Amino acid sequence: MTTITRNKKSVAVNPLKQSPPLGAALAFLGLKGIIPLFHGSQGCTAFAKVLLVRHFREAIPLATTAMTEVTTILGGEENIEQAILTLVEKAQPDLIGLLTTGLTETRGDDMHGILKSIRQRHPELDSLPIIFVSTPDYKGALQDGFAAAVQSIVTTDYGQPLETQNFASQQQVTILAGSLLAPGDVEEIQEIVEAFGLKPLIIPDLSGSVDGHLDDDYNSKTPGGTSPSQLQQLERSLFTIAIGESMRPAAEILQQKFGTNYEILPRLAGLAAVDKFLWLLAQIASYKNSGFLEPRQSRNCDWQFNPQIPSKYQRQRRQLQDAILDTHFYLGGKKVSLALEPDLLYQTSWLLKEMGAEIQAAVTTTKSPLLKELPIERVTIGDLEDLENLAEGSDLIITNSQGKSLAEKLNIPLYRMGYPIYDRLGNGSRCLVGYRGTMQFLFDLGNIFIELGH
Amino acid sequence: MTKPKIADLLNEPGCEHNHKKGQQGKNKACTQQAKPGAAQGGCAFDGASIALVPITDAAHLVHGPIACAGNSWGSRGSLSSGATTYKMGFTTDISENDIIFGGEKRLYKAIAQVINRYHPPAVFVYSTCVTALIGDDLDAVCEAATNKFATPIIPVNSPGFVGSKNLGNRLAGESLLDYVVGTAEPEYTTPYDINLIGEYNIAGELWGVLPLLEKVGIRVLSKITGDATFEEIRYAHRAQLNVMICSKALINMGRKMEESYGIPYIEESFYGIEDMNRCLRNIAQKLADVELQQRVETVIAEETAKLDVALAPYRARLKGKRMVLYTGGVKSWSIMSAAQDLGMEVTATSTKKSTEEDKAKIKQLLGKDGIALSKGNAQELLRVIAKTKADMLVAGGRNQYTALKARIPFLDINQERHKPYAGYEGLIEMAKEFDRALHSPIWQQVRQPAPWELVSG
Repeated sequence: MTTITRNKKSVAVNPLKQSPPLGAALAFLGLKGIIPLFHGSQGCTAFAKVLLVRHFREAIPLATTAMTEVTTILGGEENIEQAILTLVEKAQPDLIGLLTTGLTETRGDDMHGILKSIRQRHPELDSLPIIFVSTPDYKGALQDGFAAAVQSIVTTDYGQPLETQNFASQQQVTILAGSLLAPGDVEEIQEIVEAFGLKPLIIPDLSGSVDGHLDDDYNSKTPGGTSPSQLQQLERSLFTIAIGESMRPAAEILQQKFGTNYEILPRLAGLAAVDKFLWLLAQIASYKNSGFLEPRQSRNCDWQFNPQIPSKYQRQRRQLQDAILDTHFYLGGKKVSLALEPDLLYQTSWLLKEMGAEIQAAVTTTKSPLLKELPIERVTIGDLEDLENLAEGSDLIITNSQGKSLAEKLNIPLYRMGYPIYDRLGNGSRCLVGYRGTMQFLFDLGNIFIELGH
Repeated sequence: MTKPKIADLLNEPGCEHNHKKGQQGKNKACTQQAKPGAAQGGCAFDGASIALVPITDAAHLVHGPIACAGNSWGSRGSLSSGATTYKMGFTTDISENDIIFGGEKRLYKAIAQVINRYHPPAVFVYSTCVTALIGDDLDAVCEAATNKFATPIIPVNSPGFVGSKNLGNRLAGESLLDYVVGTAEPEYTTPYDINLIGEYNIAGELWGVLPLLEKVGIRVLSKITGDATFEEIRYAHRAQLNVMICSKALINMGRKMEESYGIPYIEESFYGIEDMNRCLRNIAQKLADVELQQRVETVIAEETAKLDVALAPYRARLKGKRMVLYTGGVKSWSIMSAAQDLGMEVTATSTKKSTEEDKAKIKQLLGKDGIALSKGNAQELLRVIAKTKADMLVAGGRNQYTALKARIPFLDINQERHKPYAGYEGLIEMAKEFDRALHSPIWQQVRQPAPWELVSG
């Protein structure tokens, strides 16, 4: 059982965390045709935009209600209305993701009331879903905002699917893709699920929007991701697989709303974690009857159970086992210090532990039930100054690009993970989950140690 | 921040936005409100940070929730030749409790912790929307802390919601005027002491110009604020001349230092041969020293001769290439003049943040076929590029992907740029970058359809 320490400082020095609205905007970017709209001062949007643009090296469509001192005091209704109408006129979004900020939460705008009255005044917006999420800057971190946005996405009503639509005979599975997953990870998950003959409905699907691809035309809204018509199909999913503990509340909402059973996979890197995922998919795919699945009772059930793992992944599993053998020389006994958001911290630290590495220090951004179950005695909710104080003497530091100067100061190599990563290319396609992604991670780390002659 | 003060800054008489236009056009650019849904710019806090964070040895403490510092710290492009304290992120990271009970105590403790652990010569404390809204008295906390810790703790009252980045720049200037300039004396002064104002040493640009100034015998007393120490800004009031660089942003500093200390100011640019020459000549003329003027002429002759040789191969390759330029204020003509030095043609440029004076220069440089863009969202820029058959877009980082995604060569000219383009050396660098961008072998590949896309179906 890990002890959780909160730093008692009044000042955050070299902050590790980003704001919840940034996380919510990131989640929204995984929907197709959306523009995330920050209800706040224009700087709230500008800073988030600059960070995401620099991380993904992509145009990122984010908008602002451009609140001023006066409009803040008077209330933001007019600005929200004007912003929505302007976006609809200029960019014709299929969805708007509206999120609050510290400024408008402090003021206390009645967002539901405002949205209701805007809808009354503008029936022409009836067909435009506006997904609303409350994300005060002063409560939580990126992971919390991301998770809150996913809850709003699955709560929002997108209307009934058109009857003429042709529903594939494939069985659909909802995948809730937590903020620990990068676009490349989501793409890998999609491929894996499809390989089982299942149809993944991924929320949010960053692999279609910020994966880094060249479109034919200029996009003023997200060019890909989960579409509104896919969101209308949510209730048809046989099962929900939530990746990342922070996705649990959204999975629960889907269960309450549609009766869809779920399984939480807190991690998707490492042999056992991926085994579990594939085994779960095999069980879902082999379930021939309509209705809902109880995977834990599978052995006692009378339905036909004949799990099949695609040969590609059987082979990848053997490749990973070989990679584990090859890399264990370099990773075994190494002391690693990490500063990551809770879900990513859990996934990465356990994988390292399973490779024989030691976790010297763990720093994170926000609360999570997982923090009690880390492979280390103590975890600090804090900043990069805390990491600097704890990391001395470790063989490797894992955190975002902001850790560069402390890593240089301590003369410890830095492996970049999380947000933001400014000084590495390919953040849109990097994959560190599944058998293949786990291998990549092990090779990356092994190569760092080989380079250093460790 | 008091309302009258903000109104004063918006009506800054040193800024041509605010006069020469009669009653009707008054204050257009400075007071224009950001449009909900369309605005894409930064806030006043962003502007204040841009102007002050380059002070390398100071600590910059943001009093607000995590968004303001957490999403932005460490990402400024200003370089330092010494201290790196400015690259650290400090924030009170306020929680819901602080909002309910007030954040002043937390701020005071935060200042104490920063001083005890990092011993900076000064701390700049920035208010933000939330802490301004809950009424935290920044000035009072800073005053108490200054007295207690015997270290200047400077309040910067620039919450994002008071206005644009530009206003934030000026609010930062006010903090320097009120709390920093005039609080210390230089070791010695010379008749050739100038201040550079509004130069932030992005990508080390300052380092391309300082040797030139040194060579002709001009001493830069205070750099405001690129690669500056806190101490040097304190004695800026002893300079003979303020040189405002490519920027109306800190114009209030120039004007008020003229009022308070009798220091005249001139507005100059470091981009392109013509502008660099003019800058050196104007400084020498203002300092009214014949020998200095002669030295300037000698250096100009030397440098331009060297430059002609160095630029010859690039001029040959760049001749007749067409660009659309989208940037702000002074740069919309200063970069144009640099491009024309290289034989390139500017088919369109922005006038969005330009003064009447800027616009006159733009008109002159553009010629009769050039387009003056008064607004420029991504679609509009792409339309103008297509219409004028431009070969590339030269703009700020925000438009980088507008160009790249449309498979158009791009050069970053604003804050986020990675190469120094100032001074004579900078022009060579700019020529190289234009050449690399325009003649890269990649353009054909990214425009090439796949074989299967060519099959008519």
